[in-house]
Amino acid sequence: MILEIENKNKTFLDADKTVDNKKKRKHFSYSKWGYLFLIPFFVAFFLFTFLPLISTFYYSFFEYYSVGLDEVGPNFVKFENYKQVIFESQFFKYLGNTIIIWLLGFIPQIIISLLLAVLFTDTRLKLKFTGFFKSIIYMPNLVMASAFGMLFLTIFSTSGPIANILIRLNITKHFDYSTSIWMTRGLIASMNLLMWFGNTTILLMAGVMGIDISLFEAARIDGANSWKIFFKITMPLLRPIFLFVLLTSMIGGIQLFDIPQVFTRGMGNPNLTSKTVIMYLAQVLGTSKNYGAAGAASVMLFFITVVLSLVLFVFTYKKDISTKHKGRKA
Amino acid sequence: MENIKNIQSAKIKNGKASLFAGRFISYFFLVLLVLLCILPFYILIINCTRSNAEIQKGFSFVFGNQFITNWKSLRSDDQLPIIKAIRNSLFISGATAIITTYFSSMTAHAINTYRFKFRKAAYIFILIIMMIPPQVSSSGFIRYVFKFNLENTYYPLILPAIASPVVFFFIKQYMESVLPHDLIEAARIDGASEFRTFHQMVLPIIMPAIAVQLIFAFVSSWNNFYMPSLIIETATKRTIPLLINELRSGSPETFDLGKVYMLMTFAIVPILAVYLVLSRFIIRGVTLGSVKG
Repeated sequence: MILEIENKNKTFLDADKTVDNKKKRKHFSYSKWGYLFLIPFFVAFFLFTFLPLISTFYYSFFEYYSVGLDEVGPNFVKFENYKQVIFESQFFKYLGNTIIIWLLGFIPQIIISLLLAVLFTDTRLKLKFTGFFKSIIYMPNLVMASAFGMLFLTIFSTSGPIANILIRLNITKHFDYSTSIWMTRGLIASMNLLMWFGNTTILLMAGVMGIDISLFEAARIDGANSWKIFFKITMPLLRPIFLFVLLTSMIGGIQLFDIPQVFTRGMGNPNLTSKTVIMYLAQVLGTSKNYGAAGAASVMLFFITVVLSLVLFVFTYKKDISTKHKGRKA
Repeated sequence: MENIKNIQSAKIKNGKASLFAGRFISYFFLVLLVLLCILPFYILIINCTRSNAEIQKGFSFVFGNQFITNWKSLRSDDQLPIIKAIRNSLFISGATAIITTYFSSMTAHAINTYRFKFRKAAYIFILIIMMIPPQVSSSGFIRYVFKFNLENTYYPLILPAIASPVVFFFIKQYMESVLPHDLIEAARIDGASEFRTFHQMVLPIIMPAIAVQLIFAFVSSWNNFYMPSLIIETATKRTIPLLINELRSGSPETFDLGKVYMLMTFAIVPILAVYLVLSRFIIRGVTLGSVKG
């Protein structure tokens, strides 16, 4: 009897194996379609990103720019462009500006977003209208950044609504943000903050909802207060998403361009303290088609992002494996 | 016994009071944020209905009646060809959105359905290039654009969207969760070619993800400023962000502000209107493809 069953099992297993083999063979014969469907992506990537990237790297070692309709170069000059970009054009000052403006926006943003994510998902508070609130706070994300910069330029101008209200309330006699370094940077950062905190909140919320709800209940029964639950349960389990948000925000922050470009009218004033790296890149590419300087700046930017991404990527995926949970449905 | 009961009821009362306070503070905070988010757009919409003189005088919370006048003065400004710009922006954004979602679905289908040798490698490669800011290769890209005389054309703004790692990633995540492999096997047994399977079965099934990505791709192309500002020089070919950029030569003190607000209204409000109708759908889409916690 037992033998019979074992035999039956064996035949079943054999049957399974043949099905498996068949499947494998089938997959193999279809695999050329996989390659075929990948062609458009990789051709487009090769033409529009890879070749330009190589060209960018290559011409960063050449003197190569236009004066009016005349083209100068390309002449091989070794590291001259890099020297020029770093010492004469103050690349690192612009990088510093970019990082400062990003941090000014990101730190309050992550605090507000974490708070909102916890509030929205709190099972004791059970807030109403969360759908409405989420819709509104996400809204600025879809707004044209350049138009948003222009809007703030007019709202905060010396004769705009804000100046008007401040003067009417006798807070100041004359309101002009554009002479103050920190007001200008602060306003750019707040626009960035306003545009992105909704997005961050929604991502973090998805993370919080992915945490097993019984963990919160157990902690509460054990007498943990909200702070303790947040720091001992929510935060550690939110780490992968938190790092994802940090990474994407950082890479987005490095690309900061539209808002300061329009808001400071391409100047990065006062005294170039709100000029970002990409504003510099657009400037050398736009007027003089200086592929040498633009190339050198791009190469440095490339390595900065690679290093930043690698560091965070390693962190994210190390932890990702150990924190898989069955998601609670939203 | 009485004591314990008293303590318990006091505890419950205390809990209720703190819950109430918590809710109150939360709602207060939320309403504050909502007002902050709405205020700039409220000012925008109010001011596009007021004349320059009225706007300069100070802010008001009620609508003016100069909407038509502002629109006429914007239309008659040759420096700001608004109708052309709207048409250009619509064309570029529409084409980009369709191309990017179609080809990203194709790429996602390749990675999700077929088991070929370099599948994993291709997938990881696409994830890695997602991290590279597009501006990094822009110097070489602009050089090619001018070398092949493609400046002032829309090809360099539309075609690169074929390879969009972000859109690919979102669609791939969705596909993984809704498309069982058996279904593809079934289509094969029924004799459908691989192309037909993709077009008539896979695409309809992942339509929800495609719809969301269509919207996102459209919006990001509509808002795109960096690349067009380097490629488009002719006034009649300008997109809306480039018109906004034109305003920077003046200052808010010398603008006809009615006209400026009207231009910004055209840049911002159509997108917001569509968003408000589809917001639930879009917000669900934001997390659709994000990393799984």
